[in-house]
Amino acid sequence: MPLRAKVASSVSRTAAALSRAAGRGDGSVIGGWLGLKIDPDLLAHLSAGRAIALISGTNGKTTTTRLAAAAVSALGKVATNSFGANMPTGHTSALAKAGSTPYAVLEVDEHYLAQVIEATEPHVVALLNLSRDQLDRAKEVAMMAQLWRAALARHPDVRIVANADDPMVVWAATPPAAHDQRIAPPHVTWFSAGQRWHDDSWVCPECGATIQRSGQQWWCTGCPLRRPDPQWTVDDDEGVVDPTGAWYKVKLQLPGKVNIGNAATALAVAAEFGVRPFDAVPRLADVTSVAGRYAQVVRDGRTIRLLLAKNPASWLEAFDMADEAPTLLSINARDPDGLDTSWLFDVDFAPLRGRQVLITGDRAYDLAVRLDVNDVPFQHIRTFDEAVRAVPPGRLEVIANYTAFQDIRAELDRVN
Amino acid sequence: MSTETLRIVWIYPDLLSTYGDRGNVLILARRARQRGFRVEVLEVRSDQQLPTTADIYLLGGGEDGPQALGAQRLLADGGLHRAVAQGSVVFGVCAGYQMLGTSFFAKGTQYRGLELLDISSDRGPSRAVGELAGDIDARLGLPPLTGFENHGGRTRLGPGAAPLARVTAGVGNDGTTEGAWRGKLLGTYSHGPALARNPALADLLLRWATGAHQLAPLNDTWFDRLRAERRAAVAAAARP
Ligand SMILES: [Zn+2]
Repeated sequence: MPLRAKVASSVSRTAAALSRAAGRGDGSVIGGWLGLKIDPDLLAHLSAGRAIALISGTNGKTTTTRLAAAAVSALGKVATNSFGANMPTGHTSALAKAGSTPYAVLEVDEHYLAQVIEATEPHVVALLNLSRDQLDRAKEVAMMAQLWRAALARHPDVRIVANADDPMVVWAATPPAAHDQRIAPPHVTWFSAGQRWHDDSWVCPECGATIQRSGQQWWCTGCPLRRPDPQWTVDDDEGVVDPTGAWYKVKLQLPGKVNIGNAATALAVAAEFGVRPFDAVPRLADVTSVAGRYAQVVRDGRTIRLLLAKNPASWLEAFDMADEAPTLLSINARDPDGLDTSWLFDVDFAPLRGRQVLITGDRAYDLAVRLDVNDVPFQHIRTFDEAVRAVPPGRLEVIANYTAFQDIRAELDRVN
Repeated sequence: MSTETLRIVWIYPDLLSTYGDRGNVLILARRARQRGFRVEVLEVRSDQQLPTTADIYLLGGGEDGPQALGAQRLLADGGLHRAVAQGSVVFGVCAGYQMLGTSFFAKGTQYRGLELLDISSDRGPSRAVGELAGDIDARLGLPPLTGFENHGGRTRLGPGAAPLARVTAGVGNDGTTEGAWRGKLLGTYSHGPALARNPALADLLLRWATGAHQLAPLNDTWFDRLRAERRAAVAAAARP
């Protein structure tokens, strides 16, 4: 590593440690920021010599990154940005902090994927999904798919693990010339992890025609784009089937079918490094929670479980994960959440009917109108403590969007 | 109303449903049912023919490509024009509002609109993103408009259309006026579930569609609290 990079790396580590000591979060952003100030190529320098996996998408990337890091650790030490700091500053900090490791598994914000591919020259890139998110700021879904596609076309040597169920992802993972010949390029491994949300992919990104669906299949009515046959699939009985057809029972401590899907993706990523599912599966079971997500805390006889849901697709998944129990919903619209709450009407809250529903957060009234229109009875409360007192002893499910989740996590002493 | 049942058509949800636009369909249908009307909601995809005899047509927001495609298909279909000629109500938000005019700007070029409203839209100097508020045309007898806008367009009104509101916060058409209406056609930049913020506007559309001079009041506790909270937030943001 050049001297400048060494100094930058050391400053980055020290700043992160100081920031943590000062109680200012985990320090992963400030450390990386300082390091990149001293050496703008620091991320590239820190990446050299490591076999790297990048994991990106609108939803599930933090959890999938955690599971993939656990799976790859069957081979040796893995550097990872486990706190969800998923922009280049966070990657820089994570690699600097980890020191020299043969492997790295990094979660990447979908807007930064092209830039991080350039800097890190990854061995494999996993593309999970693309859906609407942070409407007032995020790029349009089709535009994001186009950026991914252009970035991957510039790096034909990168291996891709991609979601066969998401037309936007399939199009992004398919180089411009390849799909006309109806052959998937050899370096793409397709997985199918099930997808509940379809509303951002009714229009073909290639030709603008309508996309038809029947069961799991989808195809464009105007061009050859269609669902590729997946090599990795999820089996209904909490199982994952690998490309050889072998079935693995995947026992997780994380709830929901969506996490079995994330596990399948993680196994597919690890396989690109040569990890056998047989060796990886037991390691997945060690993951209990991910930066507070799925964490369980007992308070006053209530077992509180935290679920993060930040856009329509992830709300559908949260309803699937949550038990039939009293449920607290909390909505904010601060900067990290996006300022627009319109998406609440893209979520059907009907699965909550019959449960005791409490609502809170800066934008509780937006949620109140949504639930009222949805015929879901609810009770508006002002504080988290009030919510705990309002439900009987037993389980309390909490579903919140980003800053609302962090607020409640702080109430529970920053549970991890 | 053409029949005993109030028929609401949601135009092209496969193209024009980017910002929770379903909310307007749900709110209109619910408020009509609460008044005892039978309601039928038809979601018409862009590869289907548009029925011409419905009472209310809703046009939602969308990205540039889908907006251009939607306008093209509606022009080719012709059903919306026939419905308007027969007196149907049309409510357009954001991209759907622009499409009602003579022309709009998408993907770097000017597209021909449906020419149902005397407005035309061009690209503005910057994207308008944030809270939108305004005092609605007194002839409509509605409380102030509140909403959220997110658009790059600016809209000019011709003599055949009246502004929906005078802007008190945000940009709307051009920083001065917001939205437009003529007869039973109404459009706004208050995007997505605009009626969640403006239940009185929903009732106006229902009155236009049913011919009722008055509708029974509803329990709007949560709508009222949301409106009050948003108006307070806009006022707080405006204070120096
Ligand atoms: Zn196509």
